Amino acid sequence: MIDEELVQLLTPEGLRNVNPDYESTLGRDEIVGLYRDMVIIRRLCNESTSLQRQGQLALWAPVQGQEAAQIGAGRALAPKDFSFPSYREHGVAWCRGVPPEDMLRVFRAVTTGGWDPQKYRHSVPTVVLGNQTLHAVGYAMGVQRDGAEEAVLTFFGDGASSQGDVLESFVWAASFNAPVVFFCQNNQWGISTPSSVQSRIPLSHRAHGFGFPGIRVDGNDVLAVYEVTRRALENARVGGGPTLIEAYTYRIGAHTTSDDPTRYRIDAEVEVWKHRDPLERVKSLLVREYKVNKATFEKVAAEAESLALKLRDDVLAMGRPDPITMFDHAYAAPHPLVDEGRREMVELGISGGSH
Amino acid sequence: MASTTMTMAKALNEGLRRAMEKNPKVLLMGEDIGRLGGVFRITDGLQKDFGEDRVIDAPLAESAIVGTAVGLAIRGYRTVCEIQFDGFVYPAFDQIVSQVAKLHKRSEGVYTMGLVIRIPFQGGIGAIEHHSESPESYFAQTAGLRVVSCATPNDAYWMIQQSVEHDDPIIFCEPKSRYWEKGEVDLEGAPRGLFEAEVRREGRDVTVIGYGSSVKTMLRAADTAELEGTSLEVIDARSVAPLDLDTMARSVQKTGRLVVVQEAPHTASIGSEIVAELTERCFYSLRAPGLRVSGYHVPYPPSRIEDDFRPSVDRILDAVDRTMGYDS
Repeated sequence: MIDEELVQLLTPEGLRNVNPDYESTLGRDEIVGLYRDMVIIRRLCNESTSLQRQGQLALWAPVQGQEAAQIGAGRALAPKDFSFPSYREHGVAWCRGVPPEDMLRVFRAVTTGGWDPQKYRHSVPTVVLGNQTLHAVGYAMGVQRDGAEEAVLTFFGDGASSQGDVLESFVWAASFNAPVVFFCQNNQWGISTPSSVQSRIPLSHRAHGFGFPGIRVDGNDVLAVYEVTRRALENARVGGGPTLIEAYTYRIGAHTTSDDPTRYRIDAEVEVWKHRDPLERVKSLLVREYKVNKATFEKVAAEAESLALKLRDDVLAMGRPDPITMFDHAYAAPHPLVDEGRREMVELGISGGSH
Repeated sequence: MASTTMTMAKALNEGLRRAMEKNPKVLLMGEDIGRLGGVFRITDGLQKDFGEDRVIDAPLAESAIVGTAVGLAIRGYRTVCEIQFDGFVYPAFDQIVSQVAKLHKRSEGVYTMGLVIRIPFQGGIGAIEHHSESPESYFAQTAGLRVVSCATPNDAYWMIQQSVEHDDPIIFCEPKSRYWEKGEVDLEGAPRGLFEAEVRREGRDVTVIGYGSSVKTMLRAADTAELEGTSLEVIDARSVAPLDLDTMARSVQKTGRLVVVQEAPHTASIGSEIVAELTERCFYSLRAPGLRVSGYHVPYPPSRIEDDFRPSVDRILDAVDRTMGYDS
């Protein structure tokens, strides 16, 4: 796994790694904070998988193994920045302040959105691969026209890297020098398709062909991801243009709860990556370097546990929406066919009335 | 009386200019629209006057033209995208159908997808393949979109401004064969509603409905029919999604006969929808089944023979004769 280009500040064993270009700027409390984020998001993810297995969610897309990539990137964002996720960025949503229960509304199949994207400055989930990268570039072009010092961060995976929209977004970002950072989580598997089928070179190298920097970072090293992303966003804010970050990581779990990864990959590979766990290395660092005590870790675990229980309660409380709500927000302005549908639903007694 | 004569191309240009003057958040984006003024010169001179930041010469990728317009909309801009020709809109189809049409809903009303996608459509200019298509039904089928088409310079001038101001995404179909035809434009009058049909010519015997390039063909057919003693009422649909069925039904209830004209093939078309809706609404008034005069169910032909593909005056009159032949 370790190659010379890979930016890594913390080894899987939790030892500091000196990098000539990047230095960790974070102190004890901030690293404890990142650790807490990762513990919480892993616990919430496991609770969500359980909820799906118990028939309470239609689907779940697990994030296990990618916590460092998402938390490192999410915490690098400034409050005024805007982020455009795909559908697996639960860790980023957490960093943006999206309530966990809102993240699960889509998976409970009670909505197609879940949260107010302007409030959290984090867009709604995008399921069609790569579509959101163009939205990010367009938004960044708006930022330029406003003369604002803001950056845009967009997420996609190794699978989506083959999509035309992603490549077009690279062209646009380069042509207009847009303040956007492309964050590719290379978790090595697009359902059953290995990343070797998507690209014969490291994905970060693609950026060079489009005329902007591409950086490969150890996606399981939250310190490295944070520093690389923070610097790319800073560069974008001051007119330095786009950057592609490839976070080299691994999807420990299934693509979604509908997937069976034992059909296409071997257990030994998963075991190797479990030894590169993003949480354990930070814990080792905190114990060794900062003498963080057991009570602190227990407190984090307890907080994660109570958030998981609250999430369960919140999800179970989400009932079936009134069918009439399907007509809400189909259009911004009144539309005769929407009105006709709404009227029919009331006449047939399917719903009591409008919302 | 602030009325002046201009071509549809000029009317669109003036309408876009006025929309940009009114709202600094209005942008134009498309291929060759800046320095060149667009391949049809619809945006001629606008980059010079509004700058490269507002009239954006795009790299050549339609999905990105629409996809970045979505991001600009999220940021509060209103982008008018120019698709160079109808046959080039399909690379953007995914963004239009999956994102433009659905993001207002997906964001539970937070995002306003106020953007316009201008498509020069229909044939009649002697072009090569992919330059003469009628893709409007693809978009009409998709909830979240609205589809309109102008048939006169006056409508072009007003409808493009109304589309820019509208909060829903609008597919704006421009009949390219009519770009260079002149007409009166009332620069100050109150425009007709964007989604209202207009009776272009009153008549007694048969209601003939169409849009875009077909409107002029229908009016010519009405002239000829009148010489033969048949009175056609000609309706310009203007909005094809949603359809102004009230205006259409009023006419059919009067005439009892219906012919719909379109360049698109008729299977699952706007014309099919008009016939189905009016059959339901006007069943007891109809004296004959509604007939469709359409393009044939073949890929758009080489343009040397396109006039035998597009609905002609003769084919419209043939349909009028057939509908008049039903006795009741």
